[in-house]
Amino acid sequence: MDKEMRELKVTAIENGTVIDHIPANNVFKVIRILNLENNQHQVLFGDNLDSHKYGKKGIIKVSNTFFVPDEINKIALVAPTATLIVIKDFKVADKSKVEVPNQILKIVKCFNPGCITNHENISTRFTVIDKNDLKLQCHYCEKITAKNNIVFV
Amino acid sequence: MKDKSLISITDFSKEEYIQILDIAADFENNPNQKLLLDHVVATLFFEPSTRTRLSFETAANRLGARVVGFSDTGSTSVQKGESLKDTIIMVSGYADIIVMRHPREGAARWASEVSSVPVINAGDGANQHPTQCLLDMYTIRQTQGKLENLNIAFVGDLKYGRTVHSLVQAMCNFNATFHLVSPQELKLPSSSKMYIKEANLEYFQYTELADVIPFADIIYMTRIQKERFHDPIEYEKVKNSYVLDRGMLTNCKPNMKILHPLPRINEISIDVDDTPQAYYFKQAENGVYVRQALLAAIAGVK
Repeated sequence: MDKEMRELKVTAIENGTVIDHIPANNVFKVIRILNLENNQHQVLFGDNLDSHKYGKKGIIKVSNTFFVPDEINKIALVAPTATLIVIKDFKVADKSKVEVPNQILKIVKCFNPGCITNHENISTRFTVIDKNDLKLQCHYCEKITAKNNIVFV
Repeated sequence: MKDKSLISITDFSKEEYIQILDIAADFENNPNQKLLLDHVVATLFFEPSTRTRLSFETAANRLGARVVGFSDTGSTSVQKGESLKDTIIMVSGYADIIVMRHPREGAARWASEVSSVPVINAGDGANQHPTQCLLDMYTIRQTQGKLENLNIAFVGDLKYGRTVHSLVQAMCNFNATFHLVSPQELKLPSSSKMYIKEANLEYFQYTELADVIPFADIIYMTRIQKERFHDPIEYEKVKNSYVLDRGMLTNCKPNMKILHPLPRINEISIDVDDTPQAYYFKQAENGVYVRQALLAAIAGVK
């Protein structure tokens, strides 16, 4: 399976994005966050593949789709180890590790039901106070949204 | 501090706080200074408050400013579904400074971002109430002659009391030692203890109020609210366990003063009111001087 996937990774995409090194079992989260269910292009994925680096990993390949920074930040929140590979004409055009940013804008809902952002039309804004354990402090209510409570807008 | 909003205790530096306290002392000596004759202060209270609103409005009046606003949303267009953003943009076209209280956490920060005039947070839900913190600091300094190196006891609901959280955070700048007296279920949250640890200061936790009386410089009492308990039996068990009465004060330090953000229910027995330790009514009065200082500093006249 792993071998097959690796071959696909090289051959299947002419243009598009490969998201590699997704933590095992988080592939479906990434698919949901990026709304790939509704993507009209070819989407291939594998989960629990053998990885030299991480033991097990997931991978997603999306044809003719390139992600904007907001989407990349979303990936970083559920797949902090992921590598983003941009493919153009079957070649690696760009390769980068996703990174949890210092600020998270617009994409996460504040966990605090009493927060003003859950009652008015306001773009949310968080400061990442812990990148490893993922703790986000709301710019408005100052409460902390922890890893397990992260919900995307 | 001219044109600066005050939303959170962290918005002003230690030096700026001290400056406000110094200006407040000047207003205490000479409260009627018509420095804001050409100013309009809007007091927008999206939830009711007695002390904070009256204290702000008294402060504005003593400075000669005109006050507009509302004390609940019943008769305003908020009832018609107007957004906070729209209300604030509109009022910032009318007034020079906005003072606001709102039941939602983060409302004041949001308001300061859409307002064209400075916003003073008079309480946003369970989040911040920075002017209460300033008047607490003012009162502590007034009673002890200093802010540094004090033993401060906090008593009652340390979990939900926003005044406690802000004051703990502020006093971490002044080498305080914290004595935390509360029932198990209302202990100071770890987010507040984090500030104490980061400042390399010490805190001690107690369940008996009598334990801290002999060495405290300040005893900061708070109200234990019934609605904070999931189990009504638990409330009944603790509701009378943190009541301070006159008889308990026999072995306190001579400089010890009792503070309370008010309203009090039964946690300070009325026989304490005429002891030399009772300072909570003076503390409430100090709120006017501190708010005068803040309004004057933000308006740029002090």
